[in-house]
Amino acid sequence: MSQSDENLRFTSALSNFSIKDFWREHKFSYMMLLPAFIVVLFVVIYPFFYNFRLAFSNLNMYNMRQFIQSDQLSYIGIDNFIQIITESSFWIILLRTVAWTVINVVAHVGFGIFYAIILDRDLMFKSIYRTLLVIPWAIPQYIVVLIWKGMFNFRYGAVNLLLRKIGVPGVAWLSQASTGFSAALIVNIWLGIPFMMMIALGGLQSIDPNFYEAAEIDGASNWQQIKHITLPLLKPVMLPAVILGVVWTFNNLRVIYLLTQNTLTNKIDILVTHVYRSAFEFYRYGYAAAFSLIIFVILLVWAISFIDYINED
Amino acid sequence: MSVKKDSKWKRIVFHIILLISVVIAVYPALRVFGTSLRPGDSLHSTSLAIIPDDATFDAYKTLIFDKGFLIWLRNSLLVTFFTVVIGVSLASTAGYVFSRKRFPGRKSGLTFFLLTQMFPATMLLLPMYILLAQFGLTDQTVVVPFLGMAKAHIGLIIMYSSTALPLCVWQMKGYYDTIPESLEEAALVDGLNQFQAFYKIILPLAKPALVITALFSFMTAWNEYMVARVVMTDNSLYTLPVGLTNLAGQFNTAWAEFAAASVLIMLPVMAVFLLLSRFLVGGLTLGGVKG
Repeated sequence: MSQSDENLRFTSALSNFSIKDFWREHKFSYMMLLPAFIVVLFVVIYPFFYNFRLAFSNLNMYNMRQFIQSDQLSYIGIDNFIQIITESSFWIILLRTVAWTVINVVAHVGFGIFYAIILDRDLMFKSIYRTLLVIPWAIPQYIVVLIWKGMFNFRYGAVNLLLRKIGVPGVAWLSQASTGFSAALIVNIWLGIPFMMMIALGGLQSIDPNFYEAAEIDGASNWQQIKHITLPLLKPVMLPAVILGVVWTFNNLRVIYLLTQNTLTNKIDILVTHVYRSAFEFYRYGYAAAFSLIIFVILLVWAISFIDYINED
Repeated sequence: MSVKKDSKWKRIVFHIILLISVVIAVYPALRVFGTSLRPGDSLHSTSLAIIPDDATFDAYKTLIFDKGFLIWLRNSLLVTFFTVVIGVSLASTAGYVFSRKRFPGRKSGLTFFLLTQMFPATMLLLPMYILLAQFGLTDQTVVVPFLGMAKAHIGLIIMYSSTALPLCVWQMKGYYDTIPESLEEAALVDGLNQFQAFYKIILPLAKPALVITALFSFMTAWNEYMVARVVMTDNSLYTLPVGLTNLAGQFNTAWAEFAAASVLIMLPVMAVFLLLSRFLVGGLTLGGVKG
């Protein structure tokens, strides 16, 4: 529906507005939405405001019991926020998180589209390939991470065994920050490709084959067809997936947390793992609540500006 | 479907790329399977082979008969089943009106569902726990005896259905967008009311999307452990992931058993995925074409 259409409807609704008519017209919509809305309200919105409250308090291990018993919080204003922003580690972790997100999402989308394009061509066994390539998505993430952790083991891990076979000395993956971060990237890229691949495949199938025929007649090469037909037409399909992908990667707790447990611990933390540690290992609940809020605001600002930028394009 | 012919050499290159990728994609899963077959005394091996020479199913036997695996399985099935039922019903109704109806608050509603994805899990975890505790939904008391369902399980079900919900709503909306509206119009002319038109005409057509939505909810509930770990305190109420990570204790992990448990948890998910893979293409329509 176009904007003017919607405006028109809005003004006409306004001129003879009555609650009864309004309810009759929209009753069905709201009734259908109600159950979903209630559940999300209960599980997401209420905790959000609760968290907001905690963010301005100094709730920690020592006053937690008192808080549970009597609901007493001592508020310390914006001290938590000031402390976070003035820590030098905050900016380093933020930069690392951005790098983590950008590298992951670019790789996911890039490989995803690449495989989708190959699998959309006329190849033997392609449905078998497709099924097998989805497997990383089908394994529960915490198992995946523990498996990879074993595979990055210096002496017995499959990665180093393979490297030694081709004559490269083994790498002590999980003992230094730089290699540990690469290992985490490898695991997460491996994990995320199938989702993007399936989204891209769905998108490819909705492209009208006539476009390609026309391009063929005009003498366009394969590469030109991909660049001028496939990629632009995939854009609307990939966009929601990219937005979700960025948000999920930015907030991905499990991969880094589980991979570095008992090895690198906090050396390659991204924002969410840092918060998780503050809350559930150091019991700094107020600080963690404030930090969570900052993460949310960063994502929100990013999403709004990104969607604006896309709409202008 | 666009089908393009390629030269022979090109096709060979594609096959090589795909074969290498498949090996990389599948190897870790096979590796766990191999580990689960190892006898207790040869856990560290420097061979890249999958099946060890002295393969044995001992780990599976210990796991199923001596550990609480079957009880954890029952708990997981219980939680997962209700999560899928609730998730699919809520997402299919909400997604439908987002796709079809124009009502005040529609755009903000959709944005709202997207926004909920931006909350870091840590932000919800602690308040959620306190909230569930206030409603008594972290209690270990069994409420439905013959199913072994405890209050804490109900808490998990509510949590899981809602975590997967925003994505499922978008996913359903995207698919409904591809079904022509003239179908309901005809149904309404034939005297069905709005709900019947949705229920009898559109819902059956949306089967591929329903399957995907069910899959998303299934995976959320089946795989989740960060929350379950906090909520569940009693061994007999554990879901599989919590039980599994407890197997991998602080010291002295029984790796073969751990791997066997991983395999048993992975298998149903992979089976479901493989069975449904034909729905994955086409059924997965995030957002769709209409705004």
